[in-house]
Amino acid sequence: MIFRVFDKDELKKLFNVMVSANKVIGPVEIGRDRDNKPIYAFNEVKSFDSVRLDYTTTKLPAKRYFLPFKENLATFSLDADDWQKKVDYNIDRPFIFFGLHACDINALNKLDKVLLGSIYPMPYYAAKRENMFIIGLDCTPQPYCFCRSMGADTALHGFDMFITDVGDLYFVEILSDTAFNFLKNIKTAEPVEDDHIQYMKVVSEKNKKFTTHVDTTDLTKILDMEFQSDVWKQWGEQCLACGTCSKVCPTCYCYGVEETIDINLHGAKKTKFLYSCNLIDFAEVAGGHNFRPERHSRLKYRYYHKHRGFVEAYEESLCVGCGRCGEACLAGITVPEVIASVRGEAG
Amino acid sequence: MNDPTPVRTYLGVPLYRPRVAFFEFSSCEGCQLQILNNEATLLDFLSLVEVVNFREAMKERSDDYEIALVEGSITRGDETGRLKKIREKAKVLVALGSCACFGGVNQLKNRFGLDWVKKEVYGDSPIETEYVRPLEDIVKVDLKIFGCPVKKEEVENIIINIAIGKAIVHPKYPICTECKANENICLFDLGEPCLGPITRGGCNSWCPNSRFGCWGCRGPAEDTNIEQMKKIMKEHGFSEDTILDRLECFGGFSSYAQELRKK
Ligand code: SF4
Ligand code: SF4
Ligand code: SF4
Ligand code: SF4
Ligand code: SF4
Repeated sequence: MIFRVFDKDELKKLFNVMVSANKVIGPVEIGRDRDNKPIYAFNEVKSFDSVRLDYTTTKLPAKRYFLPFKENLATFSLDADDWQKKVDYNIDRPFIFFGLHACDINALNKLDKVLLGSIYPMPYYAAKRENMFIIGLDCTPQPYCFCRSMGADTALHGFDMFITDVGDLYFVEILSDTAFNFLKNIKTAEPVEDDHIQYMKVVSEKNKKFTTHVDTTDLTKILDMEFQSDVWKQWGEQCLACGTCSKVCPTCYCYGVEETIDINLHGAKKTKFLYSCNLIDFAEVAGGHNFRPERHSRLKYRYYHKHRGFVEAYEESLCVGCGRCGEACLAGITVPEVIASVRGEAG
Repeated sequence: MNDPTPVRTYLGVPLYRPRVAFFEFSSCEGCQLQILNNEATLLDFLSLVEVVNFREAMKERSDDYEIALVEGSITRGDETGRLKKIREKAKVLVALGSCACFGGVNQLKNRFGLDWVKKEVYGDSPIETEYVRPLEDIVKVDLKIFGCPVKKEEVENIIINIAIGKAIVHPKYPICTECKANENICLFDLGEPCLGPITRGGCNSWCPNSRFGCWGCRGPAEDTNIEQMKKIMKEHGFSEDTILDRLECFGGFSSYAQELRKK
């Protein structure tokens, strides 16, 4: 890894270089909530001034750019006795992601394991993923953030460069040639001892700001032991089976596929849409049998996939602790509370 | 209406073209209008089915039909008889829209005494009116198409599926599922009420897309947590009346609303 430092004014120059020839996605404010708090989203940005470097967490992850909520997988043209299939991976150019937090970068790293690392990589994801240039950005832990508990508070890979605000300067970690070449467009310097000290100070200050923690010690075993626990039923009673938690989750990838025929009967489409294991028919099979008709069993399996099944398969959990699901859940169901309640039963 | 096109084929296989009739009872006829509304696809639509009865669109009428698409709720004695006759003739009876499925906006009057309603609406020249009932209170309904109004894309898809013999499935999940996929800001974040968490999807979160809270026109989703919905409304500072107004508006939640009123 190469480190550099640069003056704060230089960032705008870097942005302008990038935006002149690329599509840039960055955090912007899209409105205010009822308490006048800003609502953030990852949108296309054309001007540096609209990028909110101080953003907290976007309501939705940048999912639409790598796992669209709805995606056309194939179109068919149908003639009297012949048909043709056209597949489009739905990406026509690279995207620069200007300012992803560590949790969201780690989420992509986790998705890669499933969607790229399996025997059948998903080409729709791979095509988009290969066309992502990622600039990471440091953040300030919010009351709902528990990324540190999930080991996702720092990103070790999965970005091209990662920028940390160290007071008067930006400290940047460089992981790719492309990033290195981009930085040639602005004035940067080799960090000196003082910069390293300042960087370490910023990191340790940040670590003190986490207020929410999840104890993951022996969690897979505890989940196994508490499979029949009544706490699941209590959470199930609260759950609305709305699927919002999966939709806002940067690591949820489950989907359904629908085939539709155009009304002129000359065309057809295969459409993928992201689904959620909390929805009533997630485990309904042909013939109508539903393996998980009850809300609590579906909610439980969401936790089992993330904190048990995935850990067994990949030695890490399928949760980066971004806190989005808990913030978005109208029923107030949060990961830290659910896991604490399950652990409470065990202890 | 003349037969506009010869029999259609799908991948070389000729399709059976069912004879379809539209009927309306007490309603605003908005659902039928939705179907006529789609000029770009109307001819294709008409080539898949043979419409033999559609008062809003044609003069000719025939009593020889297989599929009856029935709009509106039942609110007069004579309507009951007419509906039963349609049921006898139709192989498949489809309730088209929320009035037909649940009573619709019309059923709001069921909350009040009929005498008061007659006086309020018709003044000194009262006409016959009964409590509003959905079609299935009177006859067997084979298929419901939800919505006030129905969504034309959904009706078209259903017609295509009927034509090619594919099963018709409604979304079982609530509006929130579509709303999140459309990346809307949640109305509760903006301080507005919304029945999205308990209402059946399928409209592609029509109202929240325009920053209006859902009023539940498509009735309950298949796993409805009304108790939690009540709590959420309360936590966000909305009165019991706010939720009741919405639950009662289209009739889909009438059993829940009655429960609430009893308490
Ligand atoms: S946990 Fe919350 S967000 Fe997830 S399905 Fe249940 S109510 Fe919806
Ligand atoms: S489960 Fe919740 S906290 Fe964990 S990554 Fe998904 S949205 Fe974030
Ligand atoms: S099973 Fe549930 S928790 Fe796991 S990825 Fe799918 S939607 Fe997310
Ligand atoms: S606006 Fe309504 S439908 Fe959309 S997420 Fe919020 S509650 Fe659900
Ligand atoms: S959002 Fe609600 S009220 Fe609006 S069309 Fe859909 S179901 Fe009906």
